[in-house]
Amino acid sequence: MSVIEVSELRKSYGGRAVVDGVSFAVEEGEIFGILGPNGAGKTTTVECVEGLRVPDAGRVRVTGLDPIADHEKVARVLGAQLQESELQAKLTVREALELYASFYPSPADWRPLAERLGLAEKLTTRFAKLSGGQKQRLFIALALVGNPRVVVLDELTTGLDPRARRDTWQLIEDVRAGGVTVLLVTHFMEEAQRLCDRIAVIDGGRIAALDTPDGLIRRSAGSTVISFTPSAPLDEGDLNALPELASLAHKDGRITLSGTDATVNAVITLLARHHITAHQLRVTDATLDDAFLDLTEAAS
Amino acid sequence: MSSALVNPGVLRAELRLLRREPGIIFWVLLFPTLLLAILGSIPSFRHSSHDLGDLRPIDAYVPIAVLIGLITSGVQGMPQSLTGYRERGILRRMSTTPVRPAALLTAQMLVYGGAALVSALLALTVGRLAFDVTLPRQPFGYAVALLLSVIVALALGAVISALSRTTKIAGAIGSAVFFPMMFCAGVWLPVQAMPHTLAEIVGYTPFGAAAQALDQAAAGHWPGWSHLGVLAAWAVLLTRVASRWFRWE
Repeated sequence: MSVIEVSELRKSYGGRAVVDGVSFAVEEGEIFGILGPNGAGKTTTVECVEGLRVPDAGRVRVTGLDPIADHEKVARVLGAQLQESELQAKLTVREALELYASFYPSPADWRPLAERLGLAEKLTTRFAKLSGGQKQRLFIALALVGNPRVVVLDELTTGLDPRARRDTWQLIEDVRAGGVTVLLVTHFMEEAQRLCDRIAVIDGGRIAALDTPDGLIRRSAGSTVISFTPSAPLDEGDLNALPELASLAHKDGRITLSGTDATVNAVITLLARHHITAHQLRVTDATLDDAFLDLTEAAS
Repeated sequence: MSSALVNPGVLRAELRLLRREPGIIFWVLLFPTLLLAILGSIPSFRHSSHDLGDLRPIDAYVPIAVLIGLITSGVQGMPQSLTGYRERGILRRMSTTPVRPAALLTAQMLVYGGAALVSALLALTVGRLAFDVTLPRQPFGYAVALLLSVIVALALGAVISALSRTTKIAGAIGSAVFFPMMFCAGVWLPVQAMPHTLAEIVGYTPFGAAAQALDQAAAGHWPGWSHLGVLAAWAVLLTRVASRWFRWE
C-alpha cells in the first residue's frame, strides 16, 4: 500500500482551477519531490495531503486514511513544515519543542533533534528573536518531533545558508533511512536532484512529468549541452541540420547547443570536415534545471 | 494528544506567554485597582453621596474597577492576541497537529478570563483593606453576575477577532468598542447616578446590565433577573455571531 495516494485531485479558488486533476502515489520510505513554477499548485496539493484544505474533487489518502474525515489520526503520523507560518512571538525554542512533542502519542526526544539542527544554543531564545534560518530549522524540528511516519516539507531549505542546507539534506536522508516517507515541495533543483527518488513536475495545476531525476533529464529534449568558440564562422544551415538538436544559441562568438550524444558526434564531424578548431570545447550533461525549464515550457 | 477543547500543554504555554505581556499585566491586572486607589485617596470619594443612594463613591467604584479589568481583557487584550495568531499562521500550524486550533482559542479565553477574575479579586481586596468597602453581601449572586460578565466580554472579544482580518483592525475595533463599553459600565458616571432614562437604556447594554447586577449583589440582593437575562442574552448572541464568522485562517 502506498503511504500517500492522491488521485484526480482538484481544487479551485474563485472559479480558477489551481489543482486540476493531479494524481500520484508515494511509497513507504520514498523521498518524493514536487517541483514546479510559482503558482503551479504545489502548495495547494500538499495542503490537501496535510488536511488543511478540503479538495473539490478527487481522493487523498495518507496511510489509507482521509486527512479531512480522519484528521486526528492522520495528524498523529504526519509531520508538516508549512511554507508560511509562525509561532507565538514570546515562546522560547525549548517551550515550542516541548509543547509540540506533547501533542503526539510517542514523540521523539527533542534534545538530539535540536542539537542536530543547530538549535542547542538557542533553547532559551524567544521565537521572535530567531533569525530566518533558525526559525526554519525550528519548524523542521517541529515537523519531526512527533516521530511521524510521513513528513511533508514545503520549501525545506528556503532561507538557509549553504552549510545549513547541506546539513538539513543529510538529516532528511537519515530520517528516510529510518523508514519515514518524505513529501518535499521545492524550488531548488540541486535539492531535488540530491534528495528525491522520484519527482512530479507540476505546471498549471497538472502533472507535466513524473520520473526519477535522471529520467526527467534524459527524457527532456537536449539532455547534453555542447559549447565552444569556433576558430572560423560556421554555416548556420549546417548547425540547424544537426541531428536531434534541441536548442542553439550564439553569444559573443560562442556557440551553445543542446541535444543528445548523436548531436555531439555530428558537431565533431562537422568541425573536422571544415577544419575548424573548437576552442574551449565543453560537453556537459544537462541539469535538472534544464529539464525543468524544458518540461514546464512545453506544458505552458 | 486528543481533540479535547482544552489541552493542558497549550493552556500552560498561553499562561506563561500572558505573563510575558507587560501591557496586559498593567492594564488588566493593576490599572483598575490603581485607579481605585487614586480615587479612594480623594477625600470626597470617601463620604456618602445622595446621588448614589447614600453609598460612598468609592463603594460604587469597586464594581466599576472590576468591570474595567474585564472589558480591557476581553475587548483589548484577547482579540488582538487571537487575531495575531490567525494572521501569523499560528492557528494554521496548530491545525496540522493532533491538537486542533480550537485548543488555542479556549486557552486564550481561559487565560484572559482568568486575568479578568484575578483583577476583580485584587480590586475587591484592596477596596476592602484600604478603603473599608464591604465585600459583596450576596457573594453567590456576585459570582454569577461576574462570571456571566466575563463570558460576555470574551464573546465580544471573539466577535471582534472574527471580524478583524489583521491585528491592526482588531486594535481599531477594540478601541472603538472599548470607550462606549466603559461608559456603560459607569466609569465616568456610575450607573446609579445616571438619569433614569439613560440608566434604563444603559441597562440593556452588556456592561450596563453587568454594573447593575454587581451593584445589587454588592448591596446584598440577588441580582435582578432582568440584568442577568440581558447578560445571558448577550452571551448567547455574541457567541453565535463569533462562531458563525470566526475563521481559522
